Amino acid sequence: MRAARPMQMLIALLSLTTAVACGAKKPPIARPMPPPVPPTNTAAPSRPPAPPEPVVEPIIVPPEPVRDDAISAASLDDLNRSSPLKAVFYELDSSELSAEGQRILDQNAALLKRYPNWTVTVEGHCDERGTAEYNLALGERRAIAARAYLVSLGIPADRLRTVSYGKEFPFDPGHDEAAFAKNRRAHFVITAK
Amino acid sequence: MTKSIIPGVLAIALLAAWPHAQPPPPPAATQQPSEVEVTISGEGGAAPRLALPEFIALSPDAETAAIAKSVTQVLWDDLNFERELLFIPRDTYATIPRATSFADVPFDRWRELNADGLIVGTVQKVGTTVKVEMRLFNVRSRQSAFARQYDGTAANPRLFAHTMSDEIHKSQRALNGVARSKLTFDSDRDGERMGGTVQNRSIKEIYISDYDGENQRRVTVGKTLNIAPRWSPDGRSIAYTSYRRGGANIFISNIFQGTLDEVTKGDKVGENWLPAWSPDGTRVAFSSTRDGNPEIYVANRDGSNVRRLTNHPGIDITPTWSPSGTQIAFTSDRGGTPQIYVIGADGLNLSKKTSEGYCDRPSWSAAPFNEIAFASRSGPGFDIKVLDLTTGTTHVLTFGEGTNESPAFSPNGRHLVFTSTRSGKAQVFTMARDGKNVRQITRSGNNEKPDWSK
Repeated sequence: MRAARPMQMLIALLSLTTAVACGAKKPPIARPMPPPVPPTNTAAPSRPPAPPEPVVEPIIVPPEPVRDDAISAASLDDLNRSSPLKAVFYELDSSELSAEGQRILDQNAALLKRYPNWTVTVEGHCDERGTAEYNLALGERRAIAARAYLVSLGIPADRLRTVSYGKEFPFDPGHDEAAFAKNRRAHFVITAK
Repeated sequence: MTKSIIPGVLAIALLAAWPHAQPPPPPAATQQPSEVEVTISGEGGAAPRLALPEFIALSPDAETAAIAKSVTQVLWDDLNFERELLFIPRDTYATIPRATSFADVPFDRWRELNADGLIVGTVQKVGTTVKVEMRLFNVRSRQSAFARQYDGTAANPRLFAHTMSDEIHKSQRALNGVARSKLTFDSDRDGERMGGTVQNRSIKEIYISDYDGENQRRVTVGKTLNIAPRWSPDGRSIAYTSYRRGGANIFISNIFQGTLDEVTKGDKVGENWLPAWSPDGTRVAFSSTRDGNPEIYVANRDGSNVRRLTNHPGIDITPTWSPSGTQIAFTSDRGGTPQIYVIGADGLNLSKKTSEGYCDRPSWSAAPFNEIAFASRSGPGFDIKVLDLTTGTTHVLTFGEGTNESPAFSPNGRHLVFTSTRSGKAQVFTMARDGKNVRQITRSGNNEKPDWSK
């Protein structure tokens, strides 16, 4: 108690002196200063949580850089052939996004923000180890999981539609784990730009 | 088509087995030779021994002779398919002189062969039509026990035989044969490419065929993915899942009118999959994400009056109706893995029916059997299993010959059609409800998700 009291006194004294100091120089302006809290607000969180920064970064890039003309000039087919939006892969019987899947979707989201006119179909695909029927729903789950993550990163939901092809369109016709792994995916097709 | 003719002893044994097949057959027993697993029932006496000599061509031309030959062979296959009637092997009566009409049948010789019944038929050209006459004689009394006459065109002689077979089964065994029933399935055999995608994707279209795989015909021209067809109870329409609007939707092709109905349409209907007709043909059950998650819905066949049956954040898909139309079986992963559940058509009384590793595509058999067939994961692939709802027992019909999926019962419940990769690509096969008598129906491309007409 005794030790605390001098500390409190000190703090009170310090704040008082700063207030007095400010007030002494520009009495009318000192009061309005506190209201513009928003700027201090952005500054404060930037120190503890780093994550928001990477999301903000892509927006800063100008939407029409000269060297990106190749992408914006390409036809839809050429664009999809080069598939700038990378596919996300899933585990057997699962529609959960892996850490790697989220990383890929982060990149896809950045690209989608850079080209705000793109609308995209998220296709859900499955490997042949599920039944044809149930896979229709599982593929939809995978497409929805990818879409929901993109929406959480700020991509407008109406730019992303989903469709499931179950195991009807395998990317690799093989019957081994390497083929299966390629076929369990959310695949992105740009439908308008 | 290659068809195996069952030895006589085996046919007797199986014939006697049908009424007694319901008591829990140990799964291992189905693998044993049928002569061992079955005891011949004396009830009603031994089965009659029948003979089927080649039909008599009454017109002298080659076409009539060809029709007579074809009708005889198809009738032989049709009658043997049900394994209800016992036929004397044909090579044992090769030496019996052929009759030239119903008047000079050498009954004495047939009697020597111990034939009880004899099917004699004639084929005759009458103008532009073909007249086929058939009589089933009692060899002892030399009386005609059953006789029919058919007039038709030479275009499809198989239809004479199919009709005859169904009528013989009906009159002799009170059995609804399946000779005139049809199959439907999806196929990528034409190798047509899906438009609007840069990937090399083959479209799938809906095909139909006779029950024995003959007369395969394409019935859709969607240039897209058309899958999982289901026959309407009247056999005049096929409901299926089509991507022609981009997402998956329910369509009905009225195959004899050439018209198309859209059951699910509009902006906010989500994905819609796997329609199943109610037994009276007035309603369709299907799975839809219209409320955000795959749930089971029932709508009138024109798409009106949509009602939701399930309400769970898990996946609910692949509905099928009970023969009475009061219940719907479906697949749900609400318990963690996909299993078969049954719910009342009113959405009440949900119950879980399987506890396997992974099940899908329930198919409810017709009366008198009260069974649900489904695909069950076994090792790397799937096998067809059948759950007896009365006893709660499950037995296996396939044993890892490739992966086996998408079973559907024949209208009389005595056979199943299913997809198997046992011969390489996915092909449609049929088998008897005891897993025997497996026949390959398709051979070109991938052919999947079959259904049998009602």
